[in-house]
Amino acid sequence: MTVISHHIPPAFIRAYASGSLSHGYSLVVASHVSQCDECRARLEAEEIAGGAVLDTLGTGGAASTADPLRDRVLSALDGPPPADVAWPRSGIYPGPVMQALEGRAPKWRALGGGIRQSILHADGSGSVRLLQIPPGEAVPDHGHKGIEMTLVLQGSFSDETGHFGVGDVEIADEELDHTPVAGTGLPCICLAATDAPLRFHSFLPRLLQPIFRI
Amino acid sequence: MIRPLTDRVMLGMFGMTELLSEEGPPPAQVKPAPRKVRRRMVKSSETELNDQTLWLLAVRDRRDRQAFASLFDFYAPRLRAMLSRSGCRGAAADDIVQDAMLRVWHKAHQFDPARASASAWVYRIARNRHVDVIRKAARPVPEALTVEDAPETDAGARIALDQEARRLRGALEGLAPDQRKVIEQAYMGELSHSEISERTGLPLGTIKSRIRLALEKLRHELKDLRTE
Repeated sequence: MTVISHHIPPAFIRAYASGSLSHGYSLVVASHVSQCDECRARLEAEEIAGGAVLDTLGTGGAASTADPLRDRVLSALDGPPPADVAWPRSGIYPGPVMQALEGRAPKWRALGGGIRQSILHADGSGSVRLLQIPPGEAVPDHGHKGIEMTLVLQGSFSDETGHFGVGDVEIADEELDHTPVAGTGLPCICLAATDAPLRFHSFLPRLLQPIFRI
Repeated sequence: MIRPLTDRVMLGMFGMTELLSEEGPPPAQVKPAPRKVRRRMVKSSETELNDQTLWLLAVRDRRDRQAFASLFDFYAPRLRAMLSRSGCRGAAADDIVQDAMLRVWHKAHQFDPARASASAWVYRIARNRHVDVIRKAARPVPEALTVEDAPETDAGARIALDQEARRLRGALEGLAPDQRKVIEQAYMGELSHSEISERTGLPLGTIKSRIRLALEKLRHELKDLRTE
């Protein structure tokens, strides 16, 4: 079993707990927490703090039993339970990723250089995708606008900041211009979320950016 | 040896106060003093679970509708207050409160008082529902833990967690108003760090140091409790 050495920063866990994290980052946090007890404990502690704040919120007077919503809710108790689906882990993909894939295998598209991607979600708040990098290959040197959050699902990669194995999360901010290189062995498969487009320094990938929505 | 998650949640509660502080986490082995010794010395009301948790257990174990109505009366106004802080009011807020409270009823079997307070559990359910509605897509949520960590019956663990949650709440109540405001905004999802900065015109560094101050205060209060 691999040991997770790069965790989700506490500020991100708190933002996830409070619902203020974007969809892409939330997917990375939920996927990491699914396999990291330390971060799960931190998340549950943050929720306890959130519950403590909720307890002390000014409510503008005591609850009224005349609240029409009260009757509506109490009379709905015998109705059918909500149909929430829990997606189980499948192979290397944690439950939240399976949820995003709706239970299907990823649809990979070639990005060049043997690198493939499968976009899970993209909107105005950013994007989240699966990336597959052949063993030993480098992802073109790139910088970021905003923050790139990357969770390793299979294999490993290394860059200027360290080595990242299965379960590890890298947070790359605007300052970091990095060239991740996949480890040898299995292809490196990552879940990567950004809140703004990446900036590739070489000419060709930049042309491809609108097409591939990187 | 892997520590059970219930212990780790409590360590996390201590550990969370080091967020953004420069001193790093407290020693991992710091644990609250054994409760048994203290239990005889404190009032019985302090060793019992809070009302909300007892109501939720009554719902979980006996499908107690009166207890559920009490939960509704307690949480509905608070959830409305929480939702209104992110601009969700009126019928839209009521729909989320209804969905959340019905999930409280139907998912009560998943509640484990050794891992969460009733309020933490309701906070999570309401947040999930709120985000589902805002994004019109299911919110990514972590996989549930497997049977190994199924709801346990150990009363000591429940009470220990309940007490930690109370202490945290006491620490929150002891904050200066402006510190408290920042913490509330963070947990109520009102504003992101950068949005706080835009809204108040303060540079991010200042906001961060205010959060740090708030958390430092929290940490000292918790440290005092630890060394009691």
